[in-house]
Amino acid sequence: MDGNVEDFTETDKSERAANMAEMIKVDCRNIDVFYDDKQAIFDISLAIQDRAVTSFIGPSGCGKSTFLRCMNRMNDTIESAKVTGKIFMDGADINDHSIDPVLLRSRVGMVFQKPNPFPKSIYDNIAYGPRIHGLAGSKSELDEIVESSLRKAGLWDEVKDRLPAPGTGLSGGQQQRLCIARAIAVSPEVILMDEPCSALDPIATARIEELIDELRERYCIVIVTHSMQQAARVSQRTAFFHLGKLVEYGDTERIFTNPEDTRTQDYITGRFG
Amino acid sequence: MLETFGHLPIAWLLFAVLAAAGFVSFFAGRTEAVAVGRGSSERLNSQPNYHGYFVAMATIGPAAIVLGLYALFGETLVRGELAGELPQRIRDLGSLELNQYIDRIAEQSAMRDAGPTGNALFDAATARYTSLLGISRIIAVFLALLAAWAGFFVAKRKLSVNFRARANVENGIKLLLFMCAAIAVFTTIGIVLSLFFEALRFFSRVPFFSFIFGLEWNAQTGADFGAIPLFFGTFMIAFLAMLVAAPIGLLSAIYLSEYASPRFRSIVKPILELLAGIPTVVYGFFALQFVAPLVRSTANWVNGLAFVPDGFLAAQPTSALAAGIVMGIMIIPFVSSLSDDVINAVPQTLRDGAYAMGATKSETVKQVVMPAALPGVIAALLLAVSRAIGETMIVVMAAGQRAQITPDPTADLTTITVQIVALLTGDTEFDSAKTLSAFALGFVLFIVTLIFNLIALRVVQKYREKYE
Ligand SMILES: Nc1ncnc2c1ncn2[C@@H]1O[C@H](COP(=O)(O)OP(=O)(O)OP(=O)(O)O)[C@@H](O)[C@H]1O
Ligand SMILES: [Mg+2]
Repeated sequence: MDGNVEDFTETDKSERAANMAEMIKVDCRNIDVFYDDKQAIFDISLAIQDRAVTSFIGPSGCGKSTFLRCMNRMNDTIESAKVTGKIFMDGADINDHSIDPVLLRSRVGMVFQKPNPFPKSIYDNIAYGPRIHGLAGSKSELDEIVESSLRKAGLWDEVKDRLPAPGTGLSGGQQQRLCIARAIAVSPEVILMDEPCSALDPIATARIEELIDELRERYCIVIVTHSMQQAARVSQRTAFFHLGKLVEYGDTERIFTNPEDTRTQDYITGRFG
Repeated sequence: MLETFGHLPIAWLLFAVLAAAGFVSFFAGRTEAVAVGRGSSERLNSQPNYHGYFVAMATIGPAAIVLGLYALFGETLVRGELAGELPQRIRDLGSLELNQYIDRIAEQSAMRDAGPTGNALFDAATARYTSLLGISRIIAVFLALLAAWAGFFVAKRKLSVNFRARANVENGIKLLLFMCAAIAVFTTIGIVLSLFFEALRFFSRVPFFSFIFGLEWNAQTGADFGAIPLFFGTFMIAFLAMLVAAPIGLLSAIYLSEYASPRFRSIVKPILELLAGIPTVVYGFFALQFVAPLVRSTANWVNGLAFVPDGFLAAQPTSALAAGIVMGIMIIPFVSSLSDDVINAVPQTLRDGAYAMGATKSETVKQVVMPAALPGVIAALLLAVSRAIGETMIVVMAAGQRAQITPDPTADLTTITVQIVALLTGDTEFDSAKTLSAFALGFVLFIVTLIFNLIALRVVQKYREKYE
């Protein structure tokens, strides 16, 4: 399967060397996305490393969310959206007929811009995924999953005494961590985060960023953000999008200190966007 | 001369006069404001138009209030005056008879080319009534014009550079809107109160508890006023209706809002809502003509089965089931369109959250969307129940007249609304226990539907708070 990936690689030599050195988790090739007749993504190819944080930056409306949603086939739920191109996860084509999008989404978790806890108890929010995917054989196993997910999300100590309370009763920051815990509970391999901190105050944001940094050891994380500082702080790789095209992609440090493209330069120094 | 005024369609004339006064005063105010603005070094606080509106309001407003008061109380005053002038013999008849007598006079007076009846007293009273009415109208018109005149001059004197006409117009509009709201509220209160007092009159003849808990209803003979069989019939039919409407309405709402393509939705939803536009009498006809015979023949077929005891089902020509089914069909659009609204109000992010967890569409609907929409759906169902309880035409046509308590849906049952209709149609005297019982039934019906509506509103409110 890895040989297959090699055949398709169109990246330049240095990128390829990097690919070999770092493990590639998701490999997107020539992705186009259309909403009805309007094209939102233009031929984007991009490989995402495992056990690292990749951030997507770019001005509003440039297609970051759209591209992110390709990776767990959430665009399938939008009537008008059409995706072409290939996306390989661990070498397997996720758009292949044999892949069930529902199962794919249990491997690729997602956290949204606005915290969206289900109208259920804190416990049931976390237990939701394991239940529908039959991950826990017994009540005690489920309890364990709930506790460990909440611990990983750094929320356990705050909610352990009120697990039966509704998830919607938590603060915004807590709700977002609840959503992260919910995503972790099904042990995904990839976690996609679409502006996870944009509705949060600086303290809650710092808390989530810390969490992302911890999660990096176990997961492949992609985060969309409008904050340059956040991208610089949490991510190892950064992709800059502009008008539906991928302008520049590389190590975060290099992108922020020495961008190759003037558009990237302009955006990160705040000259447009 | 006075008689002529008593006959004139004076309301229309007045409208025309007031409208004209409004125009004139508007332009007068406006012109005045422009002149004031020219003559001053300061800028006008409000635009000239607002000064115009202000003067027009001040002119029409008081006149309208005077005329409104006359419309409310004028006739009562005239009747009171006439009653005082009638001979003692007639006044001694008692308030009810006296009122009916004056009613007849008013009727006679309203018929312009009705000749004398030959009864001298009656004819004289009629002439007197007409002229009293004429006098009262002249006074009312005079007062209205006076009020308009006064309002016009007071308002016009107020105009100045610094006069805040715009703010005053705003207040005037607020007052107008408030009065409209107040009229609606007071009408409702009035209806409820009259219902309440008539019901009280009934309860002075029939004890409250024997009404509420009585098991026998024979109002036509004036013998028994036990309302339990009527409550039973009402709730039985409402229950049968909900048995039809709740699942079909709810599931079609789920289909329309979650599954259907926008194209399909845009076609089907209006059709479904068309059901709500069908007059209930058509439904009643449908129930009587098609559904009731069907229910009956099915019941007969069941009765004919070997293991079913003879006469197990009543199989009546009109039945609770027929009325219930058709009422259910009538309520479907009610349930589906209200549920559709609450389901659509569930934020898309919740669905996305469930999909992103790897839930299928039906799992998402069942475990996330419906729990989130549940309070609203319950409210929708409660509103539908109160609709079913109050529905009249279908049950009048298809449910029957027999007040009985039986769990057999193929038997004919009667409901509160059916009995109210039966009690009040035909020749009725408004003073017998029989007629008054209709008001008591109406009052109880009102209380029941009110409770359902209040609970529903409360639930909807709570639900709103959660998502906004
Ligand atoms: N459901 C949709 N239907 C039609 N067009 C859409 C839809 N979602 C997004 N688009 C369009 O696709 C383009 C990319 O949108 P997208 O949401 O991916 O941008 P974004 O980079 O995430 O922006 P932001 O930073 O504001 O979230 C935009 O022009 C947008 O108008
Ligand atoms: Mg976005």
